[in-house]
Amino acid sequence: MELLAFGDTGWGDELFYATLMTIAVSITAMLIGFLFALIFTPLKLSQNKFLNFIANSYTTIIRGVPELLVIYLFFFGGTGAVMFVASIFGYNEYIEINAFITGAFAIGIISGAYSTEVFRGAIQSIDKGQFEAANVLGLNKFGKFFKIILPQTLRLAIPNLSNVWQITLKDTSLISVTGLVEIMRQSYVAAGSTRDPLFFYSFAAVLYLLLTFVSMKLINRLEVKYSRGY
Amino acid sequence: MDLELMVNSFPKLLSAAVITLKLLSVSLIIGLFIGLFFAILRLNKNIFINKFAYGYSYVFRGTPLLVQIFIIYFGLGQIEYLRSTVLWVILKEPYWCAIIAFALNTGAYTSEILRSAFQTIKPGIVEAGKSLGISYKVIFYKIQIPIAIRQSLPAYGNEIILMMKGTSLASTVTLMDLTGVAKYIISTTFKPIEVFIVAGGIYLFMTFIIHNVIKFLEKKYSFN
Repeated sequence: MELLAFGDTGWGDELFYATLMTIAVSITAMLIGFLFALIFTPLKLSQNKFLNFIANSYTTIIRGVPELLVIYLFFFGGTGAVMFVASIFGYNEYIEINAFITGAFAIGIISGAYSTEVFRGAIQSIDKGQFEAANVLGLNKFGKFFKIILPQTLRLAIPNLSNVWQITLKDTSLISVTGLVEIMRQSYVAAGSTRDPLFFYSFAAVLYLLLTFVSMKLINRLEVKYSRGY
Repeated sequence: MDLELMVNSFPKLLSAAVITLKLLSVSLIIGLFIGLFFAILRLNKNIFINKFAYGYSYVFRGTPLLVQIFIIYFGLGQIEYLRSTVLWVILKEPYWCAIIAFALNTGAYTSEILRSAFQTIKPGIVEAGKSLGISYKVIFYKIQIPIAIRQSLPAYGNEIILMMKGTSLASTVTLMDLTGVAKYIISTTFKPIEVFIVAGGIYLFMTFIIHNVIKFLEKKYSFN
């Protein structure tokens, strides 16, 4: 138990901050994913074949390629890409991008592919009558989307989005390969310096279980909130 | 774009894909048995057996695969007693550690898939079997299992693809699978995009094949 002491003698405080980091990366990645879903869901539902093709390529490639490979692409390729863009604007110095941003972005793109599929499915399962009714009521495009379609989409999407959240949360463990100090990385460091990998990795597993457990409880509340009236 | 690198790395990556497929198929086969075993436990009426099976699937689905591999590969080796047993022959090999972790992980998901498939079987079918005087054992093996397998095909197809992506984590315990070799080439040439295209292409091709095989099986064993 003294291994988990807070302060200089144990790893308690380090692991506590690492847990906060995991939460921060997961939430950032999830939000980036929503942003991607916001762009790609309309493309998926559009009548235009070309836009369809772009959105389908995105979801198919990201969901068919291992997360670790995507992370390596961003980890090794991110700096190059940013420097390339910077060089267009005449900045030629070396730029180092932050492991947090790279990691959150890589996981965000993955999470976005799953979210896109969830939103597509949810919108498609809304009854056609709802769209027609909104038209009949004379709502404009925004009113129709925000007042009629979105609330119903959220209700249908929340159970599946909670799966996406779980996937995202667990995927953040892979960012440890880039050196970002989240739960997995901190456990690796602690296991290395105390030669007690069994304890620290098991403790990491407990932390992840705790995170998934607590987030499931919170999401269940949301689910209840959005299914009022059903 | 460095086309030469792409062409040169293709055979290396392709031979690494064989290792990926090996890891995948062995862990899927073991995982299927584990999954079936725990699915049956889940259907048991005894609350302890039931809770035990639920706990297993909860823990393995609630923690990242990376943690599971690390516990098995780095963690178990720490226990002195294990080192003296026959098990050590298996546990000192990263290959088998990875397979144990993958099999236990996919087993947890498979048990959930099979459990829900068993639960969706209409009671009338089992009753029909009973009224025909067929024994419980035969009803289970000849009626319930085939229906459950058919019901769970679409979800199991997804699980196979997820597991294929999961095998990429074998590269974290020194195995040179497709992702491991891709990372090695990237870190020596610093050409991430080219390598990603080739390695990602191979992964997508495998996904495509798995997807279509499952689709074919679904059609072949559909009830209509």
